[in-house]
Amino acid sequence: MGFVALGAAATLLLSACGGGDGGDGDGGSGAGGVFDQASTEVVNASDATGGTLRYAISANMESTDPGNTYYGYVWNFSRYYARTLLTFSPVPGQASSELLPDLAEDMPEVSDDGTEWTIKLKQGLKYEDGSEIVAEDIKYAIARSNFGPQALPNGPKYFQQLLDADDYEGPYGGGDPLAGFDAIETPDDYTLVFKLKAPFADFPYILSQTQTAPVPAEADTGEQYQGQVVSSGPYKFEGSYTPGDGLVLVRNDQWDPESDPTREALPDRVTVEEGVEQNEIDQRLVNGELDVDLAGTGLGPAMKGDLLADEEARANIDNPVTGAHFYVAINTKVEPLDDVACRQAIQYAASREGIQRAYGGEFGGEIATQVLPPSIPGANPELDPYEAASGTGNVEMAQEKLEECGEEDGFTVNIGVRSDRPAEVAAVESIQESLAAANITAEIKSFPSDTFTNTQAGSPDFVADNELGLNYYGWMSDWPSGYGYMSSILDGDSIKEAGNSNISELDDPEINQLFDDVTQVEDPEEQAAIYSQIDELTMESATILPGVFQKSVLYRPENLTNVYFNPSYHMYDYMALGTTNNE
Amino acid sequence: MLKYILRRLGASALLLLVVTLMTFVIFYVVPRIAGRTTEQLATMYVGRAPTEAAIQATIERLNLDQPLALQFWEFVKGIFVGAEYTFGNDVVQCSAPCFGYSFQTYQEVFPAILDRVPVTFSLGLGAALIWLVGGVLVGVVSAVRKGSFFDRIAMGLALAGVSLPIFFTGQLALAFLVHSWEIFPNAEYTPFTDNPAAWASGLLLPWLTLAFLHAAQYARQTRAGMLETMGEDYIRTARAKGLKESRVILKHGLRPTLTPILTIFGLDIGLVLGGAVLTEQVYSLNGIGRYAVTAIVQSDLPVILGVTLFGALFIVVCNLIVDLLYPLVDPRVRAAR
Repeated sequence: MGFVALGAAATLLLSACGGGDGGDGDGGSGAGGVFDQASTEVVNASDATGGTLRYAISANMESTDPGNTYYGYVWNFSRYYARTLLTFSPVPGQASSELLPDLAEDMPEVSDDGTEWTIKLKQGLKYEDGSEIVAEDIKYAIARSNFGPQALPNGPKYFQQLLDADDYEGPYGGGDPLAGFDAIETPDDYTLVFKLKAPFADFPYILSQTQTAPVPAEADTGEQYQGQVVSSGPYKFEGSYTPGDGLVLVRNDQWDPESDPTREALPDRVTVEEGVEQNEIDQRLVNGELDVDLAGTGLGPAMKGDLLADEEARANIDNPVTGAHFYVAINTKVEPLDDVACRQAIQYAASREGIQRAYGGEFGGEIATQVLPPSIPGANPELDPYEAASGTGNVEMAQEKLEECGEEDGFTVNIGVRSDRPAEVAAVESIQESLAAANITAEIKSFPSDTFTNTQAGSPDFVADNELGLNYYGWMSDWPSGYGYMSSILDGDSIKEAGNSNISELDDPEINQLFDDVTQVEDPEEQAAIYSQIDELTMESATILPGVFQKSVLYRPENLTNVYFNPSYHMYDYMALGTTNNE
Repeated sequence: MLKYILRRLGASALLLLVVTLMTFVIFYVVPRIAGRTTEQLATMYVGRAPTEAAIQATIERLNLDQPLALQFWEFVKGIFVGAEYTFGNDVVQCSAPCFGYSFQTYQEVFPAILDRVPVTFSLGLGAALIWLVGGVLVGVVSAVRKGSFFDRIAMGLALAGVSLPIFFTGQLALAFLVHSWEIFPNAEYTPFTDNPAAWASGLLLPWLTLAFLHAAQYARQTRAGMLETMGEDYIRTARAKGLKESRVILKHGLRPTLTPILTIFGLDIGLVLGGAVLTEQVYSLNGIGRYAVTAIVQSDLPVILGVTLFGALFIVVCNLIVDLLYPLVDPRVRAAR
């Protein structure tokens, strides 16, 4: 599942999270709207077509290949030229998490034992060259992104984990690319049958991911495919894409709007400029020289404060909860944290206000008191066993817990952090300070973020060797369910040697069992009840020290039409956007 | 003379090899000394859901399990005879000079650098022209009008110029000259062949920013040199012969001053890549400097190595040219050899 600020995914958004003064129609100020309005409703609604919608990003795009991406903004953006089997609803707020058929004719059907999913394609769908989209192209797309040692590296590998295809060696080994790949059957050109190892109730969410966008085998050039993705959507590449040079999309006349109720396709052209400084992006947004910051993470530190303080500019700012949770993973193996009371001492001692301040205060995040963000079904905002909501920490209770675990004089613990992320470093420093008040000495260990999740915090051996009792981490789920959110970080069965996200190494038989059970439950309410229970048990185990539920500060230029925050992508819904820019 | 040239060429080649080796050691050997295992290095290239098989495949593909000397040899060999990178049934031909292949952007490094050469060279050459002409002009006027109001202001500005880094002057210029007062258009690169006017106007502000830094130094150098030469006996002789003052200044005063200026100019042109890193970053120009910064952020080792090598090559060539031209400009050097 997703790593925050990298991760892609889906969380719901309760209207209450969008900020107190948002969206309930206090007058409106001309074309722009009011503060935080697009978090909960459509701003500048319009069905006017034409113009050029201009995106920019400070780095290079991760990839334009829908089979080789894990960033939420690419999942959002690639829909311009890559349709998937299912997709999220194009509406603001909680309702966006409802899945709709995209290439599919209807929602998938599951067999009685829960292991076989059948889905039908719409007929007559075409690629940009006029050739027909068939079921085998989707099977091929899943093969290249998931299977074999040379599978495209960037994306998630859910199909590999779920499908009953452990012997299949992927399409890049030579010979018939799909030979031996029997876990997906294509009885005819319009039917796909997925065979899973075990029942998995969240499977439709996996079918909405970009890896299900069709790729004709003969057009595939492996990792070079990103240069010329064959379009199935309303836009296609103009020329080819070279990383660093930006991307231009033009209308694809083979796309049939009748077959596609979820895409507005308003602009005539879509452009992406790569390698533009964040400051410059923000400045151009404000000046109306740019429409969208592609990365979708919001204003940079230089402009954020000024714009939030400016009454007029604030009307063009949205401040939604992103769905990301930043927390401290408290390890269950490193001494003395192997004792639950010692872990609880840390829970009591840590001040949440300091963490919130590190994110820029109330505009940067809400204080978290449990694992699940309030928007995920099963979240219980009342759950707060360690008085986190008070924000200040409770030194007396911490002392009591220290005595309970036999460390009445306090102890020393290492805390790992990604040194190139200023907010995280500031958060860790504030934690260090509040723990010191309870005689717990935290020593900060810095790591580069490019290796942190894979080989340092993400490696149980490294954690043990370096006694990293605490690790500062961020999390965002790949789809809006409790399973999507929690299984990677809390299920004992998901502990891995490298790229491990269950950094606490929480391996509680009761929790593990609940994760196994819930994959076979289809009733959403029953599922939610199980997720609440897992959250509660996790908090009892004190393995996650909740920090903040992050909020982003997004600038909404006045020339942008049809703007709303789609919580399933954690940013504005790019398919809906139009522009009054007629360059 | 020929022997001298050959000797210089040989020394340059050796220098390049040493630079390559040092860069290789910094990026490929030091991480291992710091305790990273082969698996950890490979894990950097297998995305965020690494499987054991994918890690092994990457180790094989990047030759990470081979001895370091062999890896270095492979890299050097690639420069001369090219290399191949296989992906499944596809083979990426990296033809000589192969500076490596990026596993982040899936591009050959050398063509990617060449793509960006026009941007960086446009930036560097335009700025160089401005700083050379501007700096020398200001220096001459300052020397001739020593102690005047102009001299004081110019030398004050020059002091600011050498002291203020590009990321400061650049941001200031962007904030005020472009965004607030809209005096300059936003920096942007248009190929010269497409539209020379757009090329120049889009690069004007980056030129000035980069030139400001260097011009300051040239102004100070020229002024000091001029003050020295203008005190020489032959200048008095020239004046005594009744030459026009402008001729005295330009022919007799400036010419000897220019010799050292031209020397540092050659070196500065070589170093302009360094300034381009900051200028391109500030003005979001997609040149070699920006390419290097992106690579560093993404830990794209082949690109970092390739750009470093290219930069070194460029500096070595510039130095070589200066060395070879020097005897032509200064007769004293010829005599000494």
